[in-house]
Formats: sequence, C-alpha cells, structure tokens
Amino acid sequence: MKGFAAVIRRDLTLAFRGGGDIMTLLLFFVMVGAIVPFAVGPDKALLSRLAPGIVWIAAFLSLLLGLDRLFRNDHEDGSLALFRQAELPLAGLVAAKVIAHWLLAALPLIVASPVLAVLLAMDAPTWLRVVLSLVIGTPGLAALGAMGAAVTVSLPRGGLLAPVLITPLALPLLIFGTGSIDAMAGNSALLLLAAVSLVLVAVAPFMAALALAVSED
Amino acid sequence: MSSVAEKPNWFSRLANPGQFLIWSRLVNRPLAVVTGLVFVAGLYYALLHSPADYQMGETVRIMYIHVPNAWLSQFVYGVMVVSALGSLVWRHPMADVSMKAAAPLGAVFTGLALYTGSLWGRPTWGTFWEWDGRMTSTLVLFFIYLGLIALWRAFDDQLRAGRIVAVFTLIGAINIPIVKFSVDWWHTLHQPASVFTPEGPHMPMSILMPLLIMTLAFTLLFTSLQLLSMQVEVRRRRLATMEKRRAYAAGTPN
Amino acid sequence: MTGLGPHWVFIVAAYLGVALVTGLTIWSVVASARRIEARIARLEAETRPHVVAAGRPN
Repeated sequence: MKGFAAVIRRDLTLAFRGGGDIMTLLLFFVMVGAIVPFAVGPDKALLSRLAPGIVWIAAFLSLLLGLDRLFRNDHEDGSLALFRQAELPLAGLVAAKVIAHWLLAALPLIVASPVLAVLLAMDAPTWLRVVLSLVIGTPGLAALGAMGAAVTVSLPRGGLLAPVLITPLALPLLIFGTGSIDAMAGNSALLLLAAVSLVLVAVAPFMAALALAVSED
Repeated sequence: MSSVAEKPNWFSRLANPGQFLIWSRLVNRPLAVVTGLVFVAGLYYALLHSPADYQMGETVRIMYIHVPNAWLSQFVYGVMVVSALGSLVWRHPMADVSMKAAAPLGAVFTGLALYTGSLWGRPTWGTFWEWDGRMTSTLVLFFIYLGLIALWRAFDDQLRAGRIVAVFTLIGAINIPIVKFSVDWWHTLHQPASVFTPEGPHMPMSILMPLLIMTLAFTLLFTSLQLLSMQVEVRRRRLATMEKRRAYAAGTPN
Repeated sequence: MTGLGPHWVFIVAAYLGVALVTGLTIWSVVASARRIEARIARLEAETRPHVVAAGRPN
C-alpha cells in the first residue's frame, strides 16, 4: 500500500516540477472547444446541441496528448526495469500511474469545464450532467490510454501510434458519455458508462503490465 | 527442433517451422484448386442460378459477396485472438507468424465488406453510407486492423513485435464486444424512421445456397492465403537469420 | 445489362471491385513468396555454393 501511494506521489511531484504541463493541457482543452464555433458557426441552438459531444471530444483529445509521458520517461531512464523488481506488482504500478494521470490530466479538465459550458451555450443542468459523465467516464479513458501507452512504450516514435490504437476502442466511452448527458436515455447511458469505465479500469493494470513486461525483455 | 532420427509427430508438424513448411507447401496447390472450384460453383449460383429477391430485386446478388466478407472480417480476428493466446500463453512458435499473416488479410476482407455494403446500400436504401450498428462496427473493426498493421510495422524486431501485438490483439478482443454493444445502443438511440434489415425475414434455400457456397469459397480463399503468407513469413525470418550470419562472417557490423 | 435489373451498375461495381482487390491480394502474396525465395537462393549461392551445387536440401 505504501509503495502504491509512493508511486502516485512521485508522479505528481515530477509533473509539478516539470512546469507548465497541466496548463498546456488545459489550454488545449479549452481551445479545442473554443474553435468549434469558428468551424460550425455561432448559432447558439446548434452549439448547445453539439456542446456535450464537443466537450467529450475535447476531453478525449486532451487525454490523448498526455499519454506518451505516462511510461516513456520511466522506460528510457530504466526506472521501469527497477519497478519490475519491486515489491509492488507491475499491475499495481500501472494502477497507481493511471490514478496519477487522471489527477493530472482529467481532473483539471473537469474543473475547467465551466469555461467551455459558457462558450458553447450550455445551460446549468446540462453542464452538471456533463461533469458527472466526465467524472465517471474519464477514468475509463485514462485506463485505456495507459494500455495504449504501455503497448507503444518501446517504440521510438510510438507516441503517434497510441492515439490511433486507442481511438476505436474508446468509442463506447464516447457514446455512453455523450448519451448520458441527454435527458431522455440519460440514466441508462450513465449506468452503461460506469460499467464500461469500470471494466476498463479493472482490466487495464493487468494488460498494461503485460505489455510493459514484454517491452522490457 | 527437427530431428532426422524420429518421425515428426503431429505436434511438431504444427510447431516446428521447418515441419510446417513441408506439409503446408504440399497443401498449397490442392487447396487453391478446391478454392477455385468452389468459387466457380458459388458464382454460378450467385449470378445465374438464383432468383431475384422480391423486395430488393437483383441487388440481392451483392449480398452474396458482402456477407462472406463481413463474416470473414470477424472470423479472421478470431483467428488472430487464438494465435495471440497461443503466442502469449503457450509460447507456440508459429503463433505470432499466424497472427502477422492474418492481419492484412483481415483488413482486406473488412474493407471489401465496407465497399460491398456501401454499394448494396445505395440502391436499396438510398445512401452510400448509413451509420447503423453493423456498418459502423465494421468500420471500427477496419480501423483496429489498420492500427494492428501499423503496430507491426513500427517495430524493427519482429519477434518482440509479435508479443506486443498479441497483447494489443487481446485488448481489442475484450473491447470489440463492448464497442459493438455501444454502437448498437447508439444507433437505436438515433434511429431514423426507416428500419435497416440487411436480409429479409426468411432466407429461402434458393438464396441461402449461393450465400453458403460463396461464404465457403471466401473462407477457403482466406485459408490458402493465410498458409501462403505464413510460409512467406517463416522464409523471411530464415532470410534475416542468413543475412545476419553472413554479416558476422564477413566481419562487418550489420 | 438487362439481366441485372435497373441497378446493374452497383452489382457490376461490387463484383468487379471484389474481383480486383482479391486478385491483387493473391498476386501480392504470391509475388512476395517468389521474391523471398529468390533472395534466399541468391544468398545460398553466394555463401554456400558447394552445398547448392551438391543439391543437398537445407
């Protein structure tokens, strides 16, 4: 348990020491949402219909951005090899890193979502549902991202490949995430979103650990 | 290890690359002939000896080449999943060869399923593309195949690539049913007025027969191409070993 | 093509497209097989001409 917490603390410390990473991610998130009106026109009715989808896409793209540094630095400086010898099983390490990644990448987005809500003419109840769907769905996205990052960690230019690998598999989260914001089928969608997110979070540590172990050989 | 002393048993015939080459090469030509014959029979039934559908008219004939490709797009992924398990769980030497050979073939069949499905949709339902559950899932599967192929090509060391790709194939296997379910859910949520029924309520024998024959034909085609591709991959690895050995012998770093 | 009804274009396009792609795929696999065998034969001839000359299988 101590090792688990230590890994989370380490990742958070490294991220904060690294400087404006979180700010950059936040900026990207808001900007993706903000450029949509330029592409589709400032019609408020249209924007508010599209808003849930736009927020989810922006969140998804932002999480993809930060994927590469999930394992790559540790792989390159040899920490990953050391971790394999540690008491904490590799799956536990991955779980800890996913939590840290979520705290660093997804939580800021959720906190920044009011900005997008205003820009995209979202009303308050809708925005609250957006926040709920993001809280439930982004752990699944982070878990999926960890699997993609683990699979491509040993590739020098692997950073481009991970998003391509993950995007088709992220569709359920996207579908249920945006679906749960709509008032009609919203509740069943929210439950399905939770189910998918849970499955991904449960599976990811083991699959990612397997990929990491194979990459280190 | 192939040994000259003992007769190779069935397991080593499967597991040993050298043994695999011997028996699979014997199979190549007969399999190709059988495949060709079944195609001839299938095309005869599909184009000449079967009636037009009372709803769709002659365009039902497109179904005879659409359904086999759609079936194969899923079947080939199943082959890859079994191979992935064989590679990771049982360390079977031919498993990642099988997985690597299947990926491009699966992509081709999936692409053809999309192509034929699109051409079938246009006269039948008016659009070249419909975001319904089945076509959308096939499109997602197509992306997954292409991603897997890209993953293979990203590695220099194909042996390590095999194990990584196996892990990702399994990740895909877990997720694909979830994707299908979510896409079906999404489609029924946004359902337009018309209902999409690819096949009619019943399938009389006159329609079922060409369908089954063509499905068999395409499956045989996949099998023969799969065996061939596996043979090529085994030889390719042999070539790589030979070139490496030659480089060492010549004293030059490769 | 009166036998195929008013939408014959789609039927023909479907069958031709499938035939074309299938043919290309078959050709591609067979060609890569030939290419590899040629390279192996060339390499064998370079490094072990005595074995090749003797016709011994590898």
